[in-house]
Amino acid sequence: MWFTLAEHAVVTTEEHDTEHGDHHTSTGLSNNKLGMWLFLGSECLLFGGLISTYMLYRGRVGEGPRPSQIFDIPFTSVSSFVLLMSSLTMVLAVSAAHKGDDRNTNLWITITALLGATFVGGQVYEFTAFYNEGLGFSTSLFSSSFYVLTGFHGVHVTVGIIMLMSIVGIMKRSKTPGSKAETVEMIGLYWHFVDVVWIIIFTLIYLVPA
Amino acid sequence: MTTETHSSTEHGMSNAGYVKIALILAAITALEVATYYVDFGPLFMPALMIMMVVKFVVVVSYFMHLKFDNKLFTWVFYAGLFLAIGVYAAALATFHFFS
Repeated sequence: MWFTLAEHAVVTTEEHDTEHGDHHTSTGLSNNKLGMWLFLGSECLLFGGLISTYMLYRGRVGEGPRPSQIFDIPFTSVSSFVLLMSSLTMVLAVSAAHKGDDRNTNLWITITALLGATFVGGQVYEFTAFYNEGLGFSTSLFSSSFYVLTGFHGVHVTVGIIMLMSIVGIMKRSKTPGSKAETVEMIGLYWHFVDVVWIIIFTLIYLVPA
Repeated sequence: MTTETHSSTEHGMSNAGYVKIALILAAITALEVATYYVDFGPLFMPALMIMMVVKFVVVVSYFMHLKFDNKLFTWVFYAGLFLAIGVYAAALATFHFFS
């Protein structure tokens, strides 16, 4: 009886692997996925350093404008909402990819990229407005740490958009539906991470008064 | 078990579930923005921090599927996160940021 149960377990595992991709690794998990989570864990240290530097220098405005004088909270709130909704469209893309529905995967990924581009466009507009109000990169310690932090985040979003558009192109050439599901999932993890970093930036940098 | 049910439990939630999560996140964001305009008194900072943490955990758990995935991924990610919090809290304390 035990032999039969063990045999059944092996067959079930094999069926599961065939359905969701083989993971012949020492952990039994996808190395790509483990690598992505390790990368995201290390990214916490990068953004932690940038956020801490900003928190330390946000009051050092010199003769330049103060944060409360230049931040446009309604505008940034809309940008935050746009990025938050891009996380929804991304998770719908991942869901469609796991169902082997390439058409809807491409659709949701394209919408995610457009929402991301809207966010980056908003950031470019915001930076331009701040510069015109006298907040240059080297105006003060506040301005330098603010531009480095939000600029690094903006670069991450831009890299995410490039990855999204690349996978759309790759999937259009692919002849097997659902074959790129894991790649879409990896890009999705990166995109959601960029969103959670903005959740922290929006609260600590924009909403907490200096 | 249908294919869709199997897919939902294996890779997270149903699409309707994701939309509900997004609506909750949008509502919390609206509340966060409200704290900027409405005087919450001494509750301002704790409320803002709690809402930020709730949003973070919800996105990581549901949109990034950590709640449904292997626990090793949770350990790997939160180890990096808590290491970062510890290191930079110590660094900020060195500069008397909290005093």
